[in-house]
Amino acid sequence: MNQHLVIQAVVAGALTFSTALFAADPAAGKAAWNAEHAQTDGSPARSCVTCHGQNLTQAGRHVKTGKAIEPMAPSVNAQRLTDSEKIEKWLLRNCKWTIGRECDANEKADFISYIKTQ
Amino acid sequence: MNNSKRILTIVTVGLLSLGAVGVAFSEDDDDERGKQKRGSGWVQSRADVAPVTNATYGKECSSCHMAYQPGLLPASAWAQVMTSTALSNHYGDDASLSETSRVEISDYLSANAADRSAQTRSQAFAVADAPNAQNQGDALPRITKTRYFVRKHDEIPMRFVTGNSEVGSFSQCHQCHRGAANGVYNEHQVNIPGHGAWAD
Repeated sequence: MNQHLVIQAVVAGALTFSTALFAADPAAGKAAWNAEHAQTDGSPARSCVTCHGQNLTQAGRHVKTGKAIEPMAPSVNAQRLTDSEKIEKWLLRNCKWTIGRECDANEKADFISYIKTQ
Repeated sequence: MNNSKRILTIVTVGLLSLGAVGVAFSEDDDDERGKQKRGSGWVQSRADVAPVTNATYGKECSSCHMAYQPGLLPASAWAQVMTSTALSNHYGDDASLSETSRVEISDYLSANAADRSAQTRSQAFAVADAPNAQNQGDALPRITKTRYFVRKHDEIPMRFVTGNSEVGSFSQCHQCHRGAANGVYNEHQVNIPGHGAWAD
């Protein structure tokens, strides 16, 4: 299935329809959020927490550029998870930069469902 | 003996010439002063590097760092930065773009690059990077490695930059150049956090 559609479905809260196809699991998303990944370029291991922090209701800071990152939690930042193109772009970049590869549809759905609960 | 005296003379003359060149470059800043307009008691500065005008570029690039004006690198350097491969390893981060955005931003940067700019400060960035010697290998061009940039910042102690938590690196233009976002880089708008104004 088209990954873009999957993300739109998850964002739109259509989880009841999609669970059969892709198990969007907030607990798995949380575990993946905290999982550390060794880096091949000599940088210290990183996870989503490295830049976004463990508490999604608080702002983060990009470990490399120092850029402030607005909170990811929709409960404090209503802009989050409202723009599917933006979600696609950042999941692509951040999976590649942190995990070292693109995330598959299930992994993306897990991340989004975790962020939604915050 | 005579030989070493001759060498000493050559070296001395060489150093004096370098000094003279240094003075000539310092005077550039005085020219900038002359360009300022005064109005209602405020000193207004004109952009010496054309401000960013492309919305896609502004939005996409400033989500991670200051949207550096196109006039800070020559077109050939922007072309290197903007390939898909280069974007996926963008100075140590992944900055991949959709193909539509990549082409639009790349065209914008190229059309407004330092070597195509009317502003004299921009033109200095084009000349500075021409031989591209420091960018041999797979390293991408950097504004902070251009000869003009290096010359303009060579007297700044590193404790004001990398040793300054509010600055961190020379790539954070706006931390000291308070007009950077608007393309104003003259020294009168410099305010180094924790230090203050900088007189060249």
